[in-house]
Amino acid sequence: MSEVIVITSGKGGVGKTTTTANVGTGLAMLGKKVVLIDADTGLRNLDVVLHLENDIVHTSVDVVEGKCDIQDAMIQDKRYPNMFLLPTAQKKDKSAINPEQMVAIIEALKPEFDYILIDCPAGIEQGFATAIAGADRAIVVATPEVSAVRDADRIIGLLETNEMSQINLVVNRIRMDMVQRGDMLSSEDVVDILAVKLIGIVPDDEAIVISTNRGEPVVGSESLSGKAYMNICKRVTGEEVPFLDLEVKKGFISKLTHLFKKK
Amino acid sequence: MGVLNFFRSNNSGNVAKDRLKLLLVSDRATCSPELMERMKSDIMEVISRYIDFDASALDIEIKQTDIEDNGTVVPALYANIPIRNLKVK
Repeated sequence: MSEVIVITSGKGGVGKTTTTANVGTGLAMLGKKVVLIDADTGLRNLDVVLHLENDIVHTSVDVVEGKCDIQDAMIQDKRYPNMFLLPTAQKKDKSAINPEQMVAIIEALKPEFDYILIDCPAGIEQGFATAIAGADRAIVVATPEVSAVRDADRIIGLLETNEMSQINLVVNRIRMDMVQRGDMLSSEDVVDILAVKLIGIVPDDEAIVISTNRGEPVVGSESLSGKAYMNICKRVTGEEVPFLDLEVKKGFISKLTHLFKKK
Repeated sequence: MGVLNFFRSNNSGNVAKDRLKLLLVSDRATCSPELMERMKSDIMEVISRYIDFDASALDIEIKQTDIEDNGTVVPALYANIPIRNLKVK
């Protein structure tokens, strides 16, 4: 039985593609058969984050236009043979694939895969409608900022209107030092405002920048973000995993200065 | 402004949370035209029991309104209903 999950956010630049790549890779590491669909036609990036940009021959747009078979467009990741990418076209726009065509692609892939992950484009226009069309559940990514949370709320409203049965939240790029001094929305604040179930908290971590530079996944590594992503993957499969302790440990002196600053 | 409130407002995380809560009330209130239409017809139905009004000139909308004492802006339901006659029993 295959599960179709769309990763979305409304706002751009909050980490949809990074989340899709790492959750997809993590699920493959857990032994699941996974296909990642890039729905960001015209501004594709999932291929570069996965370091598969040189392997693209055909795209989902070619499949829709009847130029090739879906098997010809899919790229198998050599490092994680359980994982496949279905890239989209870079020189087309969002109108190249409509929601019905996306549903047809997903239906064709369902018998073969445990998980089908869809990287949604930013915005609420046709690209969004296409990306969510065939999905059973959604993971909404938000950073702890007013603009990102506002857009996430709008997206959650639209997902509910479209009768998405399960909506989960990833709070991305959190800085616990700033949360602790009260200068950043906490994950609790974001959950309180958006009222959806939390599935992951990912810290703002240099390891993500470094791994993305290299085209390697961060999931599975010993870094905090790597562990956070692996926990998300386990929760996606239904496993109960406690949230990581991201608290920044403080010495006595810093606790004392913090106490004085407060007064 | 209370002492507690003073300390709270110093803290930008709380400022962000308070701003978001206000923002989302108006975002959520304005984002569904269907809901607005349904509410409008329900309001008209109730009012028509007591007042004879000009339905074509009826205007109901959600507007940002200042609260005078503390200067914050909140969404408010604004209704302009021109009365023709009161239905006196």
